[in-house]
Amino acid sequence: MANQAEPVTMATAFAEDAEAQARFRAHKRYLAWRGRLLPVAAVAIFLLLWWQAVEIFDIQPFIAPSPVAVAKVLYDRFDMLMANLLPTAIEAVSGFILGNLAAITLATAFVYRKTMEEALFPIAVMVNTIPVVAKAPILVLLLGNGMEPKIAIAAIICFFPTLVNMTRGLRDVRAEQLELMRILSATPREVFLRIRVPNALPYLFSALKIAASTAVIGAIVGEWIGSTKGIGALIIQSTYNFDSPLLYATIVVGSTFSALFFGVISLAEKRLLRWNVAHNA
Amino acid sequence: MAIAVQCERITVRFTTERGTVTALENIDLTIPRGSFLTLLGPSGCGKSTLLRVMADLIEPTGGRISVLDDAPATARQNREIGFVFQDAALLPWRTVLENVTLPLEVGGGKALPGARSPQDLLTLVGLTGWEQAYPHELSGGMRQRVAIARALVSGPRLLLMDEPFGALDEITRDRLNEELLQVWESTGTTIVFVTHSIYEAAFLGQKVLLLAARPGRVRELVPVTLPTPRRLAMRETPEFVALAGHLRRVLETC
Repeated sequence: MANQAEPVTMATAFAEDAEAQARFRAHKRYLAWRGRLLPVAAVAIFLLLWWQAVEIFDIQPFIAPSPVAVAKVLYDRFDMLMANLLPTAIEAVSGFILGNLAAITLATAFVYRKTMEEALFPIAVMVNTIPVVAKAPILVLLLGNGMEPKIAIAAIICFFPTLVNMTRGLRDVRAEQLELMRILSATPREVFLRIRVPNALPYLFSALKIAASTAVIGAIVGEWIGSTKGIGALIIQSTYNFDSPLLYATIVVGSTFSALFFGVISLAEKRLLRWNVAHNA
Repeated sequence: MAIAVQCERITVRFTTERGTVTALENIDLTIPRGSFLTLLGPSGCGKSTLLRVMADLIEPTGGRISVLDDAPATARQNREIGFVFQDAALLPWRTVLENVTLPLEVGGGKALPGARSPQDLLTLVGLTGWEQAYPHELSGGMRQRVAIARALVSGPRLLLMDEPFGALDEITRDRLNEELLQVWESTGTTIVFVTHSIYEAAFLGQKVLLLAARPGRVRELVPVTLPTPRRLAMRETPEFVALAGHLRRVLETC
């Protein structure tokens, strides 16, 4: 085959042109820096406007604190804020892991046992329609006032998106790929590991990215009911005390953790799904 | 002469909501080992269905079929069948080399005495240097080259190709046609090739099986008398033009 036409190789397909290459890379660097600097600039301008608005209109601190007051709380009471973040983080991450593991397991069962899906999926939909604020007291009554109900809420909140996406990902396999595996006389286990699981990974990561932020929300909402520590408890306490600088600082801490969690999942996705066209584009 | 595929009165019916469709009716066909047969017909004539019956992907409703002197299922389990799909059907999460290696990894650990080196096959299809590329980085023609290498890696004695070049541009298709004939000569495998292109069918095949539609049935088995090795320029010879003309006239009545 190769001696007929000129063989297509990397060497013949790409010519060396140092100048064009340099220009191409410079443009990519420019785009990358623009992507990083623009949001930073936007946040900076927003903080500046907020600060000036509080000063000029003389807004009372308990209505809306100035960003300087929030920053001061973040700095002065950093240890206290971190001590409250720790239980929330443990609850969110534990719930994330448990909820997703359960969802992946059930999705696998759904794909191989249609009967299970028909029987259990409506229950999953029903549980998902209950608002988090309503689930929280039920679980506190069931599981007591420790970390358990918070972990359970975080897990339940992660569970549904992952269940739906993972089921789709495991099932929506191209017909030709299954035909190919049949021609190769592949075992069901080989079809699962070599076709269904890799096919489901992009779907799974979409769900995990949603779950990363919702798990934190779940843990926080769980802490609203009768908790004395955690980001959720701090939000309730500072609200009742009209301590709005502390309230805002707490929110900043919770959101930052949420964003970091999201970032870790995105990074794992980039690493694992290098083959995925959407992420290379 | 040894026989690769023998069909006796093969019939395939599909039942759908709108009624029962007869995809194939009483197909009688004998394909000698080492030969190159092209299946040509209008859409809906069941040529892909016939290929899938040979590959044990579809169970015929009636009739008898043997593949390499065995039931199609046995030939499949012995890994004697290679299949090339219309859109390559590569696994996007695997590199070129990993895609070609896939048939050697699966099948429950069954030994493959006829297995060939993936690297040699990539050289054969002209993809040296692309081993670590992912499918989305390749052109359509290159993807089909990978699919051909993958279909050959287990050393199959029967290669089934379902409109493999149908989605490619004409220049790429011409080149792959010539290269496929070289692959056929160097491997000695039997090839059954489905196409809806008259020129492709006439250029590649030793024989062209014309199928008529609704229900799918054998219309005519046309021998191709062009000399070998075939060259693209032969398509301008009077013999080729006459053959293509004959195929066209028969197709018009299918």
